[in-house]
Order: sequence, then structure tokens, then C-alpha cells
Amino acid sequence: MELLNNLGLGFSVALAGTNILYCFIGVLLGTLIGVLPGIGPVATIAMLLPTTFVLPPVSALIMLAGIYYGAQYGGSTTAILVNLPGEVSSVVTCLDGYQMARQGKAGKALGVAALGSFFAGSVSTLLIAAFAPPLAEVALKFGPADYFSLMVLGLIAAVVLAHGSLIKAIAMIILGLLIGLVGTDVNSGVARFNFGLPELIDGIGIGPIAMGIFGFGEIIRNLEHTEKREIFTKNVSGLLPNWSDIKQCIPPVLRGTALGSFLGILPGGGAVLGAFSAYTLEKKIAKDPSRFGKGAIEGVAAPESANNAAAQTSFIPLLTLGIPSNPVMALMIGAMIIHGIQPGPQIMTAKPDLFWGMVASMWVGNLMLVILNLPLIGMWVKLLSLPYRLLYPAILIFCCIGVYSISNAWMDVLLAAACGFMGYVFYKLDCEPSPLLLGFVLGPMMEENLRRALLLSRGDPGVFMTRPISATLLVLALLLLILVMAPAIRKKREEAFVEED
Amino acid sequence: MKRRAFLAAGGAVAASLALPARAAYPDKPVRLIIPFPPGGESDIGARLQQGVFKKLTGQDLIIESRPGAGGALAWSQLNTFPGDGYTVMGTNLPHLVLQPLEGNVQYKTDDIVNVHFYHYTPDAIVVRAESPFKSAQELFKAAREQGEKISFAGSSLNSANHVAHTRLNRMMGAKSTYVPFKGTGDLVASVLGGHVSAAMSYTTLALAQKGKMRLLAVATDKRLAAFPDVPTFKELGEDWIDGAYRGCGVPKSAPEAIRKSVSDIFSAINRDPEFRQRMIDGGFELIDVTYDKMPAFIAERTKAYLASAKLMGLAK
Repeated sequence: MELLNNLGLGFSVALAGTNILYCFIGVLLGTLIGVLPGIGPVATIAMLLPTTFVLPPVSALIMLAGIYYGAQYGGSTTAILVNLPGEVSSVVTCLDGYQMARQGKAGKALGVAALGSFFAGSVSTLLIAAFAPPLAEVALKFGPADYFSLMVLGLIAAVVLAHGSLIKAIAMIILGLLIGLVGTDVNSGVARFNFGLPELIDGIGIGPIAMGIFGFGEIIRNLEHTEKREIFTKNVSGLLPNWSDIKQCIPPVLRGTALGSFLGILPGGGAVLGAFSAYTLEKKIAKDPSRFGKGAIEGVAAPESANNAAAQTSFIPLLTLGIPSNPVMALMIGAMIIHGIQPGPQIMTAKPDLFWGMVASMWVGNLMLVILNLPLIGMWVKLLSLPYRLLYPAILIFCCIGVYSISNAWMDVLLAAACGFMGYVFYKLDCEPSPLLLGFVLGPMMEENLRRALLLSRGDPGVFMTRPISATLLVLALLLLILVMAPAIRKKREEAFVEED
Repeated sequence: MKRRAFLAAGGAVAASLALPARAAYPDKPVRLIIPFPPGGESDIGARLQQGVFKKLTGQDLIIESRPGAGGALAWSQLNTFPGDGYTVMGTNLPHLVLQPLEGNVQYKTDDIVNVHFYHYTPDAIVVRAESPFKSAQELFKAAREQGEKISFAGSSLNSANHVAHTRLNRMMGAKSTYVPFKGTGDLVASVLGGHVSAAMSYTTLALAQKGKMRLLAVATDKRLAAFPDVPTFKELGEDWIDGAYRGCGVPKSAPEAIRKSVSDIFSAINRDPEFRQRMIDGGFELIDVTYDKMPAFIAERTKAYLASAKLMGLAK
């Protein structure tokens, strides 16, 4: 069988002495930078690129890929322990993971995240090996109109993320959309809301927003509750998830893997949508949705699997089409060219050892990550018992370095500080910030694709209904909207009846 | 105040007098600021130069990425750096001419001291392999007949691709639509998926997507070795040799000797045979515009860009 032959070739490359070593270095570094808040894979890979010149190209790319998915693992650790999302996709993990940590179940959350990620990583690696080219074709079917409708669906799903007031959730999404408007409009070239500051011409980065609102905001909030903090750090029991936890997580992990694998192949926004929609799905089908946002273990398992599955499948457009689906992938293309490899569709046939070696190394790397991460959980949890006066200033410093390193701009650090204050205000007003972040990420993409779709259709809005993918997504969005609104409407009607009585 | 200004002036004189004696430029690592994100063509080109720079001068070339506002963020800061030759910045055309015309940026074209232009990625029309347009003539004909329905994807607005598309419309005598994307990487999926008719991009795209995309025309002087069957625009009747030019500049305060030294080093890098081969394989066309040829080159390019800018409605 061809697949087995190919995988055999892949594993012979991936397991070769030096490659396995570089894979290990990559995932170790990735975990490390993932755990350090703010220092993302883009900055790390850019910094390490020159050192890979001396390596054979396969080893170099295996190591760089390891950094990327290693960072995904590490990122969930900080999300769970200190409510700091390293990347947008781990924002959802914060919702329930951090609540679990506050209840002394940090170990369980970390364990489920690691195991779920490993499972998702294994499945999506197989998917890449078996179906990369046909899956890439699916991604190409998505035109601007279809992307717009996908974003609409994503935004409606964002409402479900919030627990509590529906109005507040919608307000937060709209605020996110507004913040996303800052910067140059791709379709007219006009700089919007930049107040004449050249630093804002490209808009506000996701780094300062995510780190500011979640991380800094949380730190300010902690300053006012001395007692709560102590309970949170002392009560750490049940380091690893037990069998009943795992059994409870199997269905969410499966659903998360499926959603993440599919959305990951779409260039632009796919990986983010994967984690968000996996969480939304779990909350919608749960018997008791009120547990979500208060430490539901499915709320960690599903998005973490989706997140990791999407991280792997985002290699599909890169390896089969030469399309970078995120900044890390763009950097990988650069790395290939520097190593004298022309990335693109011909890579699979021209460099089979590179292609299959990388695919196999992903599975090897994921295995290493589980082995690396499970024993480390105890250590990470102990980190929480560090006194506040040491832990949080350290986090603040790392955040600042990380935010600065994204594009070497001090403006980003100031923005993060301002967002931190905003995050604290949101907490005081009892507004859940994750819908804001989703609005912020999806809004600009939605606008870009809306304008592009209309430009291509010569202003005819009918394209959104005549294209089958777009129409299906819009119908799904409508159904979801009804599903979201129904309980609210019912409640209102009940209230009305009560008044009549 | 006067005294301090005098001292500063004296210091500057002393420094410039000392320079010729310090023939050993560079004697410490040189920082090359790239105004674009890592992974793009500017970054790739610089990283390939890195090794040769070390080989020729014995010093490290440190690449620092300062992306923002399509390069304008870094260029508006260029003259705030010391002019000692240890801070060099990547510069790009037509960006340096078009951005100040738009009026959103805080530098003028004349503020940037370019010392060397080392390569360009030629303009190119690319369609997907399944496209009904087998030749440039077929595409031109369709554009004349169907007008706005024929769409060209390109990277950003008021960019090299946009200038090229404006010129193409004039050449074809058609009104095709320009569809801006955030970058070349972003438009690949739309071209491969057939959501746009073609792309007004660079030869690098055609090279990367060989087999999945077809090159219809290139803006080079002679046909490319990698695509011997693809005509140049010249053969199609338009004197068109253009693309995105990349080079480097130094702060205004840099003395003539330093400007020339930097120019000489990058010129020498361009002559390295192994480097040449790698660049050509990557789709870059090497040129050698040294510091002494710079004023004429910039004047000639500016004239060409202004003509297109007028058509785009940017300049009066």
C-alpha cells in the first residue's frame, strides 16, 4: 500500500538519529516558549532561523515545526494556570481551564488538555498522511463569499461563549468588531481610527489585546482579593485526571478533533474558529450548559483537541499548495526558500523525504510532548504555590518582553497596558471578554471578504445565497441564532405570563 | 545652546575626518532593519545575503524585523538612527515613491538615502492551470470584451501590483477589476480556487506554484530561463521592465564614504556565484544599482511610477 510505504519512508526519516534529536529540541523549546506568556512561536522561529542554516533542511524544518506545535501545548498550560492565553486559540481554554485551576483541579485540566491534544494530534497527522491533497481541494472551494458566511456563523457562535447576559455578550462582540476596524482598510487603503499614529496603521495586534485583557486584567483583579488567592494556591489535589474524568472527555475530544481538523485546513482564521466552535458545540449539546464557564472539564478537552488538530492540519495548505495559513506558516515558507527548497504543490513529489519526514515527525513530536508534559504537570502546578509577589511580577515582565518581541514595537506594550485596564473594567462590569476577542479576530476578515465578494460580483449581494457553501453556512448561522434566542424568548414569555397572573 | 551646537558640529567634523583613516569598515556587527514581517521576499533576500556578508567582511549582519504600515513605519524612523554605517535599512520601490503620494506616511521620498538596489521580482501575470486563458492575448481579449468581469488579484492597494494592474489595463485598453489582498500569500488560494480570473503578481509566485499555475507574461528584458516559452511584455508590445525593487539605505547623517562602503559591500555580495544561483532559483532578478548610479535610477523610476499614479488617481 502506498500510504504505508510513504509513512515508512517518513518514519525512517523522522526517527533517524539527528532528526529525532532536533524534533525533541523543537518541541522542548516550543513548550518552553508556549509556557512563557507572550513569547510566541513567530518571534522564536524568526530568531532561530539563522541557526538552522548549518542543519540539513529536513532537520531544520522538523525542528521549526516542533516549535510551532510544541508552543500550542505549552500555551494551554499558562491559559489554565494563570488565565493567560498565549494565542487566540487558547482563549477558550481559559474559560473553564482557569476556573478548574481555581477550584484546585489544575492538574486534571492540564492532564486532559495534554491527552486530548495528543489524541487530536495523532488523528490529524494520519489525516495529513492519507488525505492531504483532497482536503486541500476542499479548502480551495471556499471563495470570498463563503468565508464571509463562515465568519457570520463564527460570530453568532461567539454569543454562546458567554455565560450570563446575552445583551452583554452581543455588546462585547460589537466592541471587538469596532476595535478590529482600527488600521488600514485593505479595499480602499484608507487608514481608520489611527489618530495620526503611524504605529496604528496596521491596526492593533492580537498579542496586546489578548495579553492585556486576560493576563494584565487578571493580575489587577487579583490585587483586590487577597484571601481568594490563598485558597487557590493551597488547595491543589488530584494531580492527574482519573478514569472517570477521561471517560467523560472521550466524546468531547472526538468532536473537537473532527471540528478542528476540518476548520484547520481553511487558510485564515480556521484554527481560531476550530477551538471556539468546539467549545460552542459542547456547551450547546451539554445536559447542563450552566456548568460551562465554571470549570467544566469538557470545556477544556474539546477546544484543546480542536486547537491541536487545527494546528496540525494547517500544514495541509502549506505542504500541498504552498499557502501560508498563518504567520508561522509564512515563516516556514521563508525557511524552506532559504534552505533552497521551493515550497508549493510540487514538494510532495519532488521532496518526498521532506514531506513524509515532516508528517511522521509530527506524530513523534506529539508523543514526545505527552511524555514531556505529563510528568511536568506536577511542577507547573507547584509553580502556582509561588508567592504572589514573585509569580505575578515575573509574569508581567515576560508579557512585556513577549508583546514587544512580536514586532519590536514599544507601542504594543503600552496598548497591552491599556487593554489590561480595560480587562479589569470588564471584570467589574461582569462582561465576559472572550466574545470581544472573537469579534476582534473575525471582524476584519469578515469585512475583507464581504468587500471582496461584492467587488467580484459587481455589487450583487445575491452571491451569498447562490453559492452553495455560503448559503449552507448562512442557514446554519440562522439556526444557531434561533437556538440561542429561543431560551431568552421563552423566558421573556414566561415572565410575561407571570405578570398576567 | 550655541556652545552645545558648536561642540556637536565639531564632533561631527572630527568623526567625518576620522572616517577615511578607519578603512576597516565594518569592524563590528552591522544591523540590517527589514521593514516587513519575517518570511516575506525582503526577509528571504536579506537572510541569503547574511552568509555572504560574513564571508566578505568577517562581520555579522544582524537582521531585525520592524514591520508596519507597508514599510512606512520603519522608513519614517530611518533618519533617527546614527549614520555610522552600522544601521542599514532595507528599502523598496515603488513603495518609497507611492506611499508619500498617498499622504498617510511621515516621510518623503527624498528623505531616504538609498545606497544600493540589488534585485527585483519582475511583474508577472499568472493564472491557474485549469484556466481557459492559455496565452496573454486570450486573457487580454477577454478583458476587452468582458471588462469588469475579468478580475486580477494583487497584493495591497497602491502597491507595485496595483501600479502594474493600472498599466496593464491601459495596455489592454480594458477596464478589468483589481482585487487587493493583504499579501501574495493570501491571494494564492483565490487564484487556485478560480475565484479570481488571474493574478497580477511576481514571477516568484509562478515559480513557487509551477504545475498548478501558468505564467502568461513577464516584465523582464529577456525571457526567463525557468520559463523559456513565456513571452515578455516587450514582445507583447509594451516597453515594460518593472517589478518590486529591493535595496538598502542609510540615515541621512551618514557620510559619503560610509554610503559608498555599504554600496560596495552589497554590490560585492551580488557577485558571489553561489548567492547568485540561489537568488535566481528563488525567482529574483539581480541588478546592480550602485550609489553613484542612484540619482539617475531613482529619477527614472519615479517618472514611471508617477505616470501610473496619475491613472490611479493618486497624483495630480
